[in-house]
Amino acid sequence: MSQPDANVYYVPHKSRWPIIATIGMFLFMLGAANWLNGHDIAGQVILAVGALTIIGMMFGWFGNVIRESMKGNFNSQVDTSFRMGMTWFIFSEVFFFAAFFGGLFYVRTFVVPWLGGVGDKGVLTNDYIWQGFSAAWPTNGPEAIGGAFTATGPWGIPLINTLLLLSSSITLTIAHHALRAGDRKRLIGFLGLTILLGATFLGLQVHEYWDSYVHLNMTLHSGIYGATFYILTGFHGLHVTLGTIMLIVMWLRCARGHFDREHHFAFEAVAWYWHFVDVIWLCLFLFVYIL
Amino acid sequence: MSSTAQAIHHEEHRQSFFERWFMSTNHKDIGTLYLLFSFLMLFVGGGFAMLIRAELFEPGLQLMQPYFFNELTSMHGLVMIFGVIMPAFVGLANWMIPLQIGAPDMALPRLNNLSFWILPFAFALLLSTFFMPGGAPAAGWTMYPPLVLEGGSSIAFMIFAIHLMGISSILGSINIIATILNLRAPGLDLLKMPMFCWSWLITSFLVIAVMPVLAGAVTMMLFDRFFGTNFFNAAGGGDPVMYQHVFWFFGHPEVYIMILPAFGIISEVVPTFSRKPLFGYKAMVYATASIAFLSFIVWSHHMFTVGLPLGAEVFFMYSTMLIAVPTGVKVFNWVTTMWRGSLSFEVPMLWAIAFIVLFTIGGFSGVMMALVPADFQYNQTYFIVAHFHYVLVGGALFGIIAGVYYWLPKWSGHMYSNFWSKLHFWSSVISVNVLFFPQHFLGLAGMPRRMPDYNVAFADWNMVSSIGGFWFGATQLIFVGVVIHCVFFSKQKATARVWDHAYGLEWTLPSPPPHHSFTLPPVIDDSQLAHGDTSH
Repeated sequence: MSQPDANVYYVPHKSRWPIIATIGMFLFMLGAANWLNGHDIAGQVILAVGALTIIGMMFGWFGNVIRESMKGNFNSQVDTSFRMGMTWFIFSEVFFFAAFFGGLFYVRTFVVPWLGGVGDKGVLTNDYIWQGFSAAWPTNGPEAIGGAFTATGPWGIPLINTLLLLSSSITLTIAHHALRAGDRKRLIGFLGLTILLGATFLGLQVHEYWDSYVHLNMTLHSGIYGATFYILTGFHGLHVTLGTIMLIVMWLRCARGHFDREHHFAFEAVAWYWHFVDVIWLCLFLFVYIL
Repeated sequence: MSSTAQAIHHEEHRQSFFERWFMSTNHKDIGTLYLLFSFLMLFVGGGFAMLIRAELFEPGLQLMQPYFFNELTSMHGLVMIFGVIMPAFVGLANWMIPLQIGAPDMALPRLNNLSFWILPFAFALLLSTFFMPGGAPAAGWTMYPPLVLEGGSSIAFMIFAIHLMGISSILGSINIIATILNLRAPGLDLLKMPMFCWSWLITSFLVIAVMPVLAGAVTMMLFDRFFGTNFFNAAGGGDPVMYQHVFWFFGHPEVYIMILPAFGIISEVVPTFSRKPLFGYKAMVYATASIAFLSFIVWSHHMFTVGLPLGAEVFFMYSTMLIAVPTGVKVFNWVTTMWRGSLSFEVPMLWAIAFIVLFTIGGFSGVMMALVPADFQYNQTYFIVAHFHYVLVGGALFGIIAGVYYWLPKWSGHMYSNFWSKLHFWSSVISVNVLFFPQHFLGLAGMPRRMPDYNVAFADWNMVSSIGGFWFGATQLIFVGVVIHCVFFSKQKATARVWDHAYGLEWTLPSPPPHHSFTLPPVIDDSQLAHGDTSH
């Protein structure tokens, strides 16, 4: 197995996976749109075919890259390209969440006080449309859409979840140090622990949703509070789910001995992603639950 | 070294049509796909524009129902922005950035193929809405709720199409950033790069920062429509204006996404045909960066009349007018580059000069609208339509066409017809002014945009504008002919340098360049940089 030469550029082989990926994404979206428009069966079938195509594509494409990487095809320049790709992908994710956080801040700073009669704009709405609505947070608006509800407090499950995610970041870092020290046992143990912590977080989150829906009447329909709460925690939960799946893949790859002390970018990329998800949660805990 | 070098070379031979175009990892082939796709979409979006101008030829309803007219204006905007201007720039980036920085290809070639192939599917979803119950989206390309939520089946398709376009452009931009930062030939410092690379480096950053925000905005819309949330419903404590804020936080940087790469192209073309170094290269780089920064803090100038607090109106008015400073730097630098140069007026230079003039007109009307009190008059009239068509047609599209005429001989290895390309230019530059300049008068006189019918007082200028529109549309068929002739039939071979004062790495390769541009890093000669600035 010859080492790649750093002075020669590397261009990967042709691949059928990108076009399969686009077909999968197209079918997924087409199915989802049909389902939303009331074509239930057709929509679900197309969506499922799309989802399976995407999953199959991931196995195929990533497996292909892993094989190339194990053959030692990638030089340090390719490695840097991968790192930049992941960095800027996470950067784009930050802005995706920023849209929802921005919406939350805008609503809480401007919209709800205006509806409550503050400022030039507020006076009109409050006098002519919703007389006597007093601004407070949480709120489901002047027409109390979704009916009376109770918001979850921060100091129960959300606090436990914060501790779970924070400790999962620590266990992941310990696993990374173990990988760099060449300590397989410790690596697999702590990576497994990280997965468990992530899965527990998800379980508790599901429980919290169930509790909110069944006991607190706090649903997606609960005005602006329910909307911002569920879109932020929901997309975060989706990211934790993806992160956990990625960690499981890393665990399997560690168990198979894919990584050595120097070459384990896939592991690092997943770790970056996990820490990013962790930071988003801290913002959620502060801005959605506490404040 | 042998195994990798072979890996690079062995794929050049014997590939089927399907392999070459659908499984490609080649930046040139993918760049060609992008350019062809946007060319096709130019005629789709242009077809919508022709129908719009046909309806507006005379007052009264002639050809279509008002709702269909609204579908056309909305889809015209979406197709032209996401299907023409953006993919054309990405196509040019694909072709030129590896050539300009001495790289073999893009940094992530498979991702590159993915970014392209998402687009045809996204537009299949979007354009299919014309055939659905309730028709295509008809609330304008800005898709403001609550109006857009009144649409039929199209909403879900439109939202998912936007998601796909967003994924495509984010992945494309990640690739461009990684290519520029990681694959530059040794010795090609950032401040030795051609302006086109600089403009795309900064544009990619904008794309990655704002396309996810658009995805967020339309996702909230999806939830409001289908899952009973109240983001944009004041009765539930939400606010329809919140959509406008989130949308324009994307939308304003988007405006610069559609013009900065054109600035880059013009900054390549003008020095070549002025036979002088680019005036103030570093100032150009800093100006591009400041425009990008400012683009994040001006978004509410699209919403002056929606009922913003006075403090917001004043802040966004001043921040908007600030943009005129770095933009002015650029315009003055192009003019100063030409000053006392030994100018020659080859076709790319003609388009570049037209760009400078028309973009400046559009820029000035932009400054007019930045003034809040004045904007109350211009808002929702044909004045704004004239403004953004001057910057997007006279600016972005003319920039793209200048780039195509500048680099087409490099891509194809052949020269295009001088006569027909000049006819294309003169016909375009006259008709585009016949088309859009009267719209200023119409807008100032009070003609509203997005209306199929109008007061008879506006009849004359509308007819003039429509004639200009048909003329401009028909003229673009010449472009198709010029490109097809150049690629397939032209007998006149292009030299490696093509233009006698063209510098930069792309001109050191033969025309057309080899399948993988540079297999070994080229040596950088500081006296041969594209911008000619040797002071760093």
